[in-house]
Amino acid sequence: MSSLWTITLATLTKDIRLEWRSKDSLNAMLFFSLLVVVIFSFSFDPTAEESRQIAGGLVWVAFLFASVVALNQTWARELRNQVLDAYRVSPAPANSLFLAKALGNFILVTVLEALMAPLFIVFYNLRALGPAWQLIPVGVLGTWALVVNGTFFAAMSLRTRSREIMLPLLLFPISIPAIQGMVESTRILLAGDGSARFWIVLLLTYDVVFTTACLALFETVLLAE
Amino acid sequence: MKRAFPILSVLTAILLIYGLYQALVVAPTERTMGDVQRIFYYHVPSAWTAFCLFFVNLIASVVYLARKNLKADALAVASAEVGVVFCTIVLVTGPIWARPVWGIWWTWDVRLTTTLVLWLIYVSYLVLRRFSDSAQTPVLAAVLAIFGALDVPLVYFSIWFFRTQHPQPVMGKGGSLDPRMLHAFLVNLLAFSCFGAMVCWARYRLERLRRDVEEAEALESLLGPEGLSSQTSKGRAPLNRGPQ
Repeated sequence: MSSLWTITLATLTKDIRLEWRSKDSLNAMLFFSLLVVVIFSFSFDPTAEESRQIAGGLVWVAFLFASVVALNQTWARELRNQVLDAYRVSPAPANSLFLAKALGNFILVTVLEALMAPLFIVFYNLRALGPAWQLIPVGVLGTWALVVNGTFFAAMSLRTRSREIMLPLLLFPISIPAIQGMVESTRILLAGDGSARFWIVLLLTYDVVFTTACLALFETVLLAE
Repeated sequence: MKRAFPILSVLTAILLIYGLYQALVVAPTERTMGDVQRIFYYHVPSAWTAFCLFFVNLIASVVYLARKNLKADALAVASAEVGVVFCTIVLVTGPIWARPVWGIWWTWDVRLTTTLVLWLIYVSYLVLRRFSDSAQTPVLAAVLAIFGALDVPLVYFSIWFFRTQHPQPVMGKGGSLDPRMLHAFLVNLLAFSCFGAMVCWARYRLERLRRDVEEAEALESLLGPEGLSSQTSKGRAPLNRGPQ
């Protein structure tokens, strides 16, 4: 157990250090979601009341598209110099690699959300009418729901032709209930329209189910020959 | 098994024709909906067949992951492809019925949405199989099938909660069912199940043959034509093997 965490932590630190020094993914994601925000606000030009209703959808669609940028880069780095092959033959548990990558993506997407949230508030003139603190668990659970499956499917699409396009094709259909959970709970909290409890529980269930499935099947995918 | 195939195909065809006769001629016209209700005799059996095939796909995928049995993988390919075809029939016939009866083509109702998401998941499954032609494809596809199966209950609950809070069109049910309608429905249910099974079987045989040919071709390019003739028993045997 201790080796699992040591290796997870080592891989995670390495990835974060690499990202911190290059900032490739983060810059691309930031600019991409900025473009989405601007294009959406041109396309809809909503009033304050309307924007409360649609902002949940816009925010999460922007984050979803932006996180695909980061997720596609997850494993690309390991393909150079056959790092992934080295991983396959090493005695390190496969799940520590998966957890490190998923946590790395989680941190990256969370940073993106923290930077983009103020912009959304400014552009769409948002003010939450419901209990705004609940947006934090929604954000955490929703982000994890995106990155846990995203990291897994990115590892799967490594083995396919045109892998960059493959990831969203695999990820989006499976993510539909999670996206609905994020969008609905955000809409409810912004508009003060009842309780978001069901959706938060749905997100939690989704996270638990798919984290378990990813951890159970990642080794199979990594070692598939 | 090989000899049974044509016989069973003929029986299925007869059953389908009988089902068509029952659905279009024998079953009485529904009082409020009119003739468009007859689409039910195709819509529901197609849905049933599609769901059965997706279930077969899940079982075959799990068996493949556990045993690495290539027959199970061929069955998974066949059932997913045929399942998507039947699911497409469901998604097309549904709106054709809904437009005159509900007045709308589509609604985000539980059953409609779950079927649509299931269809999307299995289309992505087929895309994955198409885009990856390495030896790892069966493993990746089987893993995706398991993820899809885990996803469906979550989709169902999320839409169920989402839509029960909103008014929705009422299903045209209630009242007593004419026994001739029930009969036509059951005949078609059986006919479509047989039809689905037969198409899936044919596709399975095709997939096995395709793999055998691929294997033989790979062997041929490896050994050269002379090498193959000396290896006849090994190289050609899979090609001549009768479909199971």
